[in-house]
Amino acid sequence: MKYHLTYDFIWGHFDRLGWGLVLSLELAFISILIGMAIGLSLALAYTGGGRLIRGAVAAYVEFIRNVPLLLLVYLLFYGVPSVGGFAYDATTSFIVTLSVYAGATMVEVFRAGLAAVPRGLIDAGKAIGLTGWQRMIWVRLPTMFRIVLPSLSNAFVSLFKDTSLASVIAVPELTYGAQWINTNSFRVIEVWSVVAPMYLVTGYGLLFLLQRLERRYVVH
Amino acid sequence: MLYAIRSLPFLWEGLLITLKVSGLVVSFSLIAGLILGIGIVYGPRWVYWPIRIYSDFLRGIPLLVLIFFIYYGLPLFGLNFSNFASVVVALAAFEAAHIIEVVRGAIQSIPRGQNEAAKAIGLRFTQRLLFVIAPQAVRRFLPPWINAVVDTVKGSALVSLVGIVDLTLAIQQVIGRTYIPMPLYILGAIMYFVINYVLSSASRLLEARFAYIRE
Repeated sequence: MKYHLTYDFIWGHFDRLGWGLVLSLELAFISILIGMAIGLSLALAYTGGGRLIRGAVAAYVEFIRNVPLLLLVYLLFYGVPSVGGFAYDATTSFIVTLSVYAGATMVEVFRAGLAAVPRGLIDAGKAIGLTGWQRMIWVRLPTMFRIVLPSLSNAFVSLFKDTSLASVIAVPELTYGAQWINTNSFRVIEVWSVVAPMYLVTGYGLLFLLQRLERRYVVH
Repeated sequence: MLYAIRSLPFLWEGLLITLKVSGLVVSFSLIAGLILGIGIVYGPRWVYWPIRIYSDFLRGIPLLVLIFFIYYGLPLFGLNFSNFASVVVALAAFEAAHIIEVVRGAIQSIPRGQNEAAKAIGLRFTQRLLFVIAPQAVRRFLPPWINAVVDTVKGSALVSLVGIVDLTLAIQQVIGRTYIPMPLYILGAIMYFVINYVLSSASRLLEARFAYIRE
């Protein structure tokens, strides 16, 4: 028997996919912002801190980077509330998970970025009489951000793809929208053949835009 | 707690499935990645472009979507694989796309003069590849490849979503019976961590070991 591809149901419920995509982008965007805040503070703590702080930061980074994201999603959604005695909704839980996950990547990115700021630049700051804090705010951080821009765009697109895991705890993002259509119409292969290009086009579109932005600011 | 301890043999079986999936995927993706990676560097345009499109397409969609796509899509082409076989295919296809780029990067990091010199002393293509390029490229290849292996082990957790009882699904099932989520998730996380930490430490060690050679 020949299988006939039918897309009617999908177009009829395309709003679920469209809004799902918007939510995916929002999840990725919020998570990278929080992740950057975590990453920057821990990278600074690591660079300036003693052995204890360095050990703690390294433990956090290594743990998060060596455990599957899926398990982290489960752990923070089902595990943590069970011992913490509180409950939060799936979306909040996923944002926390993805932020913690992004934070681990960002620590590495910012640490490498801080190390890549040329020594001469910091010395020049010292020579014109800037204090330690002033050098950090006006010299090291701006230069670091311009160095790490390409890594940030890659991390953002990568996080956008990781948001698909939110579907396992029923956050209504793009993959969940696809699964909703599947369970209601059984047009499984049609759905994935629409959703995969949506991820693909959005991902590469973002990368293209971010790279154009980079070209204006990035320093090597 | 007693239940959690009693469930250890069951988790062990799950861990073995995780290792089996990872092992198969690592081997398949290594073979495919090497062949396609060499194809993308040395191949003519009609070899280059299909591989380029394959690699960019697979790296551009989430692994979860790819697993579902292949799991439900293969039967459309008359290929009725078991769920185990189809997730291994999906994961291997995904990892191969990443390994293509690792191979490409490793080969292109070798100065052009090396290839030209080998040509000048009369080596054939396979000889140049085997005796001149490969021994130098391998040190650029190994550290990122081990990172790809770590990603494979982490990615293999997604096979639990199509009903294969790997470590992740084994944990979920034990939690379903015992209702003690936190200790079991932490136990599972530690199991994954140990495997991957050993691998990523090996990667760092190799990187440091190879770092002394500079062009």
